[in-house]
Amino acid sequence: MENQELIPHLFRTEYRKITAVLSKTFGLAHIEIAQDIASDTFLQASEMWGIKGAPDNPVAWLYTVARNKTLDYLRRDKLFKEKITGKVVRESPMGDELEIDLSTQNITDSQLQMMFAICHPSLPVESQIGLALNVLCGFGISEIAGAFLTNKETINKRLYRAREKLRTEDVKMEFPGETDIESRLDAVLRTLYLLFNEGFYSAGKDITLRKDVCIEAMWLTKMLTENPGTDCPPVNALLALMCFHASRFEARTNPQGETVLYQDQDDSLWDATLICRGEYYLNRASVGQQLSRYHLEAAIGYWHTIKADTPEKWEHILQYYNQLLILEYSPIAALNRTYALAKARSKAEAIREAEKLNLTTNHLYHSLLGELYLGIDEGKALEYFNASLSLAKSKADKRLLMEKIERISEAC
Amino acid sequence: MNDFLFVFRNDPAVMSNMSPEALQNSMQKWMDWIGGIAAQGKLVDRGNRLANEGNVVRPSQVVTDGPYIETKESVGGFIMVRAESLDGATEMAKGCPILSNGGNVEVRPIIRM
Repeated sequence: MENQELIPHLFRTEYRKITAVLSKTFGLAHIEIAQDIASDTFLQASEMWGIKGAPDNPVAWLYTVARNKTLDYLRRDKLFKEKITGKVVRESPMGDELEIDLSTQNITDSQLQMMFAICHPSLPVESQIGLALNVLCGFGISEIAGAFLTNKETINKRLYRAREKLRTEDVKMEFPGETDIESRLDAVLRTLYLLFNEGFYSAGKDITLRKDVCIEAMWLTKMLTENPGTDCPPVNALLALMCFHASRFEARTNPQGETVLYQDQDDSLWDATLICRGEYYLNRASVGQQLSRYHLEAAIGYWHTIKADTPEKWEHILQYYNQLLILEYSPIAALNRTYALAKARSKAEAIREAEKLNLTTNHLYHSLLGELYLGIDEGKALEYFNASLSLAKSKADKRLLMEKIERISEAC
Repeated sequence: MNDFLFVFRNDPAVMSNMSPEALQNSMQKWMDWIGGIAAQGKLVDRGNRLANEGNVVRPSQVVTDGPYIETKESVGGFIMVRAESLDGATEMAKGCPILSNGGNVEVRPIIRM
């Protein structure tokens, strides 16, 4: 691997490890110092490797440099050292009383504990996602701003407040106890789910960036499946659902970067390897009695990877959407259920159900009705697509709708 | 918006006499109906089904088995929904699949304590 590729690659995998281990060593209150040391380490790598070439074992090099930078920092800032060790620093020339444990086990544990800390219930969900992107995925402020479709200042403030909150709530880097592991893991899963969706559904134009967000969310979820304490059915179900969705990544945008709807996708572009992995994790999720929303969404995702467009396929999807809605209402699930109803039964039945949904301020509601009226009443379909256009916000949505309206108008 | 309890009553023999296919079919109809209510964001509590057997405790500690001695009707389950009015809730209940099996739905407004 060339340096230009190697460093960003290592940054994605190693930045969070160094940050997590150092945060655990210093205490989470000093997460900024940990992040600074990790960033500095990579800065030095890009300077040195650019001149001398990459070392034989780049990861070991990074850890050694991070360790030395930490010890330097402690030597320079004796007050900080006293604060974190609770000991008065003796006049020792070496600042090495502080153990920096870079063993595989501690690296893994620290990352997992960091996940639990970041997804602490005292933090607003937006802050959790921001911190996850920054600390666990190594995304810079401008990348996060890009992913959230907002400006850098907003993200900076959000991250600042989030770190403050970690301090004031005295959040610790530790595994939750047996009594609250379930609810804490639930919070972690919800954040990883939203993180993935942020990448998958956001209207951001930078497709590479969005894909990276998805891949990172999948990595973090995979890490949970590799740890016995967190390897439970909902975690596997979540990972399965991510794999199934991600399998369509190439098919859902055309070369111009425009969205291609599911029914118009070239299914030869669906990623068979990811579908296979999804099936593997869905199997692993299918033990025990618990049927989480991730199980249902993974099952829906699974049926979407089946290419044949049969009523049977849509009947399965419909029934899973029924169960999902009974478990937890969401407008998008309600709209998707109605679409499945049209495919499994009839458009007429779906129209009757759609009219009860009471989602008239949602542009997707009007798109759905437009779609349902196609072939039944083109005039009504046009009305609905126009209503949707007037409510749609993103450029990509508007373009899709305008094309649709044009096509129907020509055919009329 | 108010909350309403739907109480489902039917002859317990109806279910036990169904073929597996008919049961499966009936299950799907129930899921579609409740799924439709949930899709409107109006399902407050998915409720539960009740087993056929049961006891009734009467004054003077008299216990009789089953609530349905005098009647062919037994409460088979319940759900809780949200609706604008009793009329709105009643309209919703008209789609219940139990109605085509000889059963009925009792719609009752819930008074929150």
